[in-house]
Amino acid sequence: MTTKRSPEPFVWLLFSSGGMVTALLVPVLLFLFGVAFPLGLLPAPDHAYLASVVSHPITLLVLFGLCVLALFHWAHRFRYTLYDGLQLKKYSVPITIFCYGGAVVGSIIAAIVLLRAL
Amino acid sequence: MPETITMEVWRYRPEHESEPTWDAYDVPLRKEWAVLDGLNHIKDQLDGTLSYRWSCRMGICGSCGMTVNGEPKLSCSTFLTDYAPGPVRVEPMRNFPVIRDLVVEMGDFMAKLPAVKPWLVSDDEPDEDTEYLQTPVEMDDYKRYSMCINCMLCYSACPVYALDPDFIGPAAIALAQRYNLDSRDAGAEDRRDVLASAEGVWACTFVGECSVVCPKDVDPAGAIQRYKLTAASKAVKDLLLPRGAR
Ligand code: SF4
Ligand code: FES
Repeated sequence: MTTKRSPEPFVWLLFSSGGMVTALLVPVLLFLFGVAFPLGLLPAPDHAYLASVVSHPITLLVLFGLCVLALFHWAHRFRYTLYDGLQLKKYSVPITIFCYGGAVVGSIIAAIVLLRAL
Repeated sequence: MPETITMEVWRYRPEHESEPTWDAYDVPLRKEWAVLDGLNHIKDQLDGTLSYRWSCRMGICGSCGMTVNGEPKLSCSTFLTDYAPGPVRVEPMRNFPVIRDLVVEMGDFMAKLPAVKPWLVSDDEPDEDTEYLQTPVEMDDYKRYSMCINCMLCYSACPVYALDPDFIGPAAIALAQRYNLDSRDAGAEDRRDVLASAEGVWACTFVGECSVVCPKDVDPAGAIQRYKLTAASKAVKDLLLPRGAR
């Protein structure tokens, strides 16, 4: 039995906070922008108003946080899906690089997209 | 209700057969009969060579764990009528080496158990004349985890243990938490090296089957998730704070 401290607590914290934040915010956003506004259940805000909301630094920070945490949640879950579900644990190094690297790349793209709203 | 039910029992007698086989027996189907009563009937009346473990017949000793129709169960608390008209398939617990018929080898768990120090650790020599009082609220913190009967159904249900036998496993972690959360215990730091290792809580992917099958409602999955948070906050503190301030 090894008792080596593992780096797992840090990725797990990202994973679990990502799961919680995503579960709280994404359904609301999906409902508003995917259902309520297109179907006219709620009066849709106009483009200028939305643009000003999105370019507010706090909105940017919240959206960026959501993207980053959701991506790291995905990375962790997908890594274990490949390890245990597809039994690929022997390729753990490339899988780890692909999953968390993917989350980092995704976070950078999110930052670029969000910054362009400024 | 039909009068009998067929029990298909997994047989493995290493001196007779190199591969396990199945034997089918018809046993009386009685309202108050559990799978274990069926097995006892087989052993007493039909085939004395059948081997299995049991003792208390009342869900307390934890020795009668088996796989009944694919699910980990205490055979003394699993009623035949729930499987009527049958057949009922009885196999040894999964994820353990089989010694003979329904008897499995639990040495792996026994070897892991002391690593989590499942006893009260105290800083100083306990004083024989002192009572260590505890309020009901303090007891509530760990009581649930103290109900474990070491039946191993949770290991048998755990897909992570199946893939990674080094995983310390649900019951051992729940037992560690039973002491960690006890107000009289001072051993949490001693247990941390094992619990917070890759083979400890971090091997768990929260499938949750352990808590589903646990006959004592111990909720080992909950114990593990709770310790993940403890271990993660400690790891963050270790990283951020200087040694003295932790
Ligand atoms: S935690 Fe539950 S299932 Fe696991 S050994 Fe203890 S009583 Fe059995
Ligand atoms: S015989 Fe004791 S728990 Fe089943």
